[in-house]
Amino acid sequence: MRTAICGFVLALSAAHPAAAFCGFFVGKADSQLFNKSSQVAIVRDGEHTVITMGNDFSGEMNEFALVVPVPSVLSRDQIHVGERRLLERLDAYSAPRLVEYSDGDPCAVRRYPAMALGAMRSHVAASPVAERAAKALGVTVEAAYTVGEYDIVLLSANQSEGLEIWLRESGYRMPPRAAAALAPYIRQQMKFFVAKVNLKEQRKTGFQQLRPIQIAFDSPRFMLPIRLGMANADGPQDMIVYAVTRNGRVESSNYQTVKMPSDVEVPEFVQREFGDFYQATFAKAWRGHGRRALLTEYVWNMGFCDPCAAPPLDQEELRGLGVFWLNDQPGAYHMGGMPLTLTRLHVRYDSEHFPEDLMFQQTGDQQPFQGRYILRHPYRGEISCAAGSEYRKELDVRHRQEAATLASLTGWDAARIHAGMGSDWPGEPQQPWWKTIWR
Amino acid sequence: MRLPKDARWLQIAFLASFLILGLLARDFPLWHAPLVFAACLATQIACERILRRKPAGLLSPLITSLGLTLLLRAGAWWVPVLAGVLAIGSKFTLRVRGRHFFNPANFGLCCLMLITPRAWCSPTQWGEGAMVLLWILVLGCAVAHRAFRSDVSLAFLGSWTALRAARVLYLGQRVPVLMHQLASGSLLLFTFFMISDPKTTPRAPAARLLFAAIVASVAFALQLRFVQNPIVWALFFCAPLVPVLDALTSNEKKETLPCALQSVVSSSP
Repeated sequence: MRTAICGFVLALSAAHPAAAFCGFFVGKADSQLFNKSSQVAIVRDGEHTVITMGNDFSGEMNEFALVVPVPSVLSRDQIHVGERRLLERLDAYSAPRLVEYSDGDPCAVRRYPAMALGAMRSHVAASPVAERAAKALGVTVEAAYTVGEYDIVLLSANQSEGLEIWLRESGYRMPPRAAAALAPYIRQQMKFFVAKVNLKEQRKTGFQQLRPIQIAFDSPRFMLPIRLGMANADGPQDMIVYAVTRNGRVESSNYQTVKMPSDVEVPEFVQREFGDFYQATFAKAWRGHGRRALLTEYVWNMGFCDPCAAPPLDQEELRGLGVFWLNDQPGAYHMGGMPLTLTRLHVRYDSEHFPEDLMFQQTGDQQPFQGRYILRHPYRGEISCAAGSEYRKELDVRHRQEAATLASLTGWDAARIHAGMGSDWPGEPQQPWWKTIWR
Repeated sequence: MRLPKDARWLQIAFLASFLILGLLARDFPLWHAPLVFAACLATQIACERILRRKPAGLLSPLITSLGLTLLLRAGAWWVPVLAGVLAIGSKFTLRVRGRHFFNPANFGLCCLMLITPRAWCSPTQWGEGAMVLLWILVLGCAVAHRAFRSDVSLAFLGSWTALRAARVLYLGQRVPVLMHQLASGSLLLFTFFMISDPKTTPRAPAARLLFAAIVASVAFALQLRFVQNPIVWALFFCAPLVPVLDALTSNEKKETLPCALQSVVSSSP
């Protein structure tokens, strides 16, 4: 059979509206907030941690508010407003991809490679508050800053009910059961990072959408607080975590982490329905692991990629995400030698199956992995040699196998797959003659 | 059906079934197990020859190999090899009054995690599948019972559960959080196949219970400091207490060991 070498990359964008981070999104009005998916980058080396909270909030700017537990009171310098394009670049670079090969003419001596690749994007300062009132509720405003288009306050609290009342009285629309969700963080002496949009500053930026908030801190906990975000979510939420570390793959240390099914050949029509295909594949893998696992979509040394769905991030972009340990000298790293591994984890979580926050650990695993699905286009020219009939037989076997693979990956029914394949579906293999005798 | 007299055969059968499960249904690498087995068995034979010890059979290094294969994950070929050599080597070198006190698999695992970032332990690799957990629990109990060491396993599990439950209550979390924390295949593997090792726990029953409670407490303290794999590290740090507890309780009447266990103990190392 013919196989070909892959060539260039074409990124397909299929971005979904997305809106959240793992903290609360708390609206200041009663409009419904969409809190279904989010993107977070965690850059970590030792205890130094930089978190970039992606934000595709699409409602009224004055309705945006975010509450995130943090390990300590952050100074102004530890908070930064980053560029949206950095998360978009990470997404494009690490997205599950469709690679395409074409068979050559079975009658020709030389075989010609052809190519095209596609990648799927993931779908994915406080207003003045009376200090006395805050103290009566056991809430302390530890710091207040305006950073970029955000007003940020850092709060500490003695008790969760007081914090809930304080936030409510300060105009934040708190979800039900907020106090219960806040309580474990207060008991762990964590602080609360509360951000809302400063409309005046936001207009000055000239951006239509909010930029990601970045925070840098030291903490022995390698974790993401997802429990707060569940309080105002209806059904499962999706989160893409980009973990950037020095030594190797990142996995969860309190939930099972598995790899997405990958490197399989699927029928050609999947190219037209790649978004649906990947969502169905993800959903089946997620259900197959009891809805409790994190799925790894990409692990690679950031120094290179093969094939590249998008070029790796350059050093300036990496610094923008908070990677602080790279040598700035040009040519300091050869291909693949960069001390930097990107792990892309896709988490679909809900309150029932994820009772605890996500804890992570860095492993020593440097084995590259990517979510990669392969299309092989048959030779469609005229075939006039004897080898051609053998090729057609092999093609029928291959197409049946591709249909079976697709059914197993996505759970799609046979009728849908056969209809999608059209004339490529060769029909069921002929039964041996004796099978029809004693039916 | 008659069970084999030596409880280690049962342990090997159970651990081997976990390994097969890991290879078939989890992402265990195929290259890892042969390297661990080769390193452990070769080190056992070499140490016996060099130190002119009477050959004690290969069941013990087989159990160590299985334990290492199930718990240690490696990013380089030399990691399982070195882990196997150090694990078995510790049995022959780190001894007090003729008895080794580090669980060999635990020693190999912890040493490698200390030496290199290419070695790690994946506590959640088994997933939370109820069937898998039940299987490990039931089979683990059978082995622990067979070896008459369920006191250590149960004392550890009881202490650990009590401490975790207290923490969950203190934080105002819900019961499913506790269930999630206990629903770890690695926790049960550790409880029934590592800390229960009769050769590396104190001889006196009271000392064994105390030892299990200390290991659970140290693990709990490590967890509060966000140390990964706290139970594995706790056993490593507490192992030197075993000869101390043995010395303190040496005047006490020694327990009468059942026949099966006598065969286990007498084969040491």
